[in-house]
Amino acid sequence: MDIKKIREDFPILKREIRGHKLIYFDNAATTQKPLCVINAISEYYKRVNSNVHRGVHFLSDMATDSFEEARKTTKEFINASKAEEIIFVRGTTEGINLVASSFGEKFIKESDEIIISAMEHHSNIVPWQILCERKKAVLKIIPFNDKGEIIFDEFKNLLSGKTKIISLVHVSNSLGTVNPVKKIIDYAHSKNVPVLIDGAQSAQHFKIDVQELDCDFFVFSGHKIYGPTGIGILYGKEKWLEEMPPYQGGGEMIETVTFKKTTYNKLPYKFEAGTPDISGAIGLSEALKYLNRLGLANISEHEKQLLEYGTNKLMSIEGIKIFGTAKEKVSVFSFLLGNYHPYDVGVLLDKLGIALRTGTHCTIPVMDIFKIPGTVRASLCFYNTKEELDYLVENINRVKEILN
Amino acid sequence: MNKSISEIENEIIEEFSTLGDWLDKYEYIIELGKNLPLIEEAHKTDEYKVPGCQSRVWLKAFYKNGKVYYKADSDATITKGLISLLIRVLSGQTPEQIMNAKLEFIDKIGMREHLSSTRANGLVSMISEMKNHACLVNEECRKKRGLTDKKL
Repeated sequence: MDIKKIREDFPILKREIRGHKLIYFDNAATTQKPLCVINAISEYYKRVNSNVHRGVHFLSDMATDSFEEARKTTKEFINASKAEEIIFVRGTTEGINLVASSFGEKFIKESDEIIISAMEHHSNIVPWQILCERKKAVLKIIPFNDKGEIIFDEFKNLLSGKTKIISLVHVSNSLGTVNPVKKIIDYAHSKNVPVLIDGAQSAQHFKIDVQELDCDFFVFSGHKIYGPTGIGILYGKEKWLEEMPPYQGGGEMIETVTFKKTTYNKLPYKFEAGTPDISGAIGLSEALKYLNRLGLANISEHEKQLLEYGTNKLMSIEGIKIFGTAKEKVSVFSFLLGNYHPYDVGVLLDKLGIALRTGTHCTIPVMDIFKIPGTVRASLCFYNTKEELDYLVENINRVKEILN
Repeated sequence: MNKSISEIENEIIEEFSTLGDWLDKYEYIIELGKNLPLIEEAHKTDEYKVPGCQSRVWLKAFYKNGKVYYKADSDATITKGLISLLIRVLSGQTPEQIMNAKLEFIDKIGMREHLSSTRANGLVSMISEMKNHACLVNEECRKKRGLTDKKL
């Protein structure tokens, strides 16, 4: 991959911050957008804007075609078997809430069990806690070891006749761990338990094939995969989506409405109440096509090199501790510098033009397990370079001197 | 006669104006944090924790001869420095003066970014907590606003 050329696709990367060249290391929070995505959204509003699925006019047809085309692009991107299995949502959080609410309504009853892991983002904890409270069900937690790897045997012990669903993060946002989801799905299916995979941090790093994984649900966010904010994808196997009740009521999701009885629309519209984020879907589809052109295998390879290079470089800093050292990992570095508070380190690195995140990264339980107040997190993606990592390391040393 | 809030603010602005770039300013803030009037260990509890901060901040107020005094601590160095500036300006003033303080010095010394709502250090929370305390420790103010005094 010609990274120098690829960086040209991202207008924001040319920005200077406080007189320094922007080093954008906050990609796990949100990724930057290539010009083709920005243009697709702008073109849609300039030339096409109309509501979908209802007008009889030219533009409405055009908007509907683009919107449904975006669904097909997404279907192919994750290799779903049918476009009807692709539901447009606002993001990963809404996707998980939808499943927790609708699947939970139909299939979860008192004293049933739901399994998640100890490294979940709050978005994959709280919807299940709300469900458990509503249905008097029980949440079970798979622990991880000190490297940040899920303990498979503990998972096997937790799985019981009472388990109704497993909801697991594919890649940890705060530790970078890639979980062995295939192994977990296969084992869960041998006991007839469905599995939801939270792909918010995975789909942008390597190829996802939902048929090969055989997951029952897969959720990811547009803005973390180089698309716009406000759009996300819920993939669900048709058999589940058919059985689940609607999540929200409104326009588009109905077949007929009378005051006596309303019948619901077919998939995927049953789960898409109200006017959808049309431009968001079009922007996301453009982002996925862009990734297809770069090739996900190439992306993974470059990011793997960044991970190796960065790990070695960071480990050379005296007093640094990296949290999340799993064998299977994406290019995320979560660390603490000596006894300095992550906030102090983050504020000073920002002054030097380095954008990263500090704090608990919406995974307070992970920080509690490590007994730390939070970490400094540098999350890299394919447009980042080894030179940027050199700059980071150089400036971490500088920050150390300032704080000392 | 004590110095007024605006007199102290001007002093701080003056001090910072002699400092060169951001680095000098931050080094000064880090240094200031070391002299923060520390809160007793026993008071580093949830009750005295300032909500909405990425780093932990504890704050306690006292009322003496019509004036409010503060003690605080934080586990982050820069936060400590910033709160020490706030204490220097507000501690020893009357509740009324504290509640009316606009604290424009923060902007003038180049620390405005810490007031942004995206900043998780919660300087805004700290200021509103200090102002709340100023009212809480004063019976008259408390009664007027119908507040309880559980933090005293």
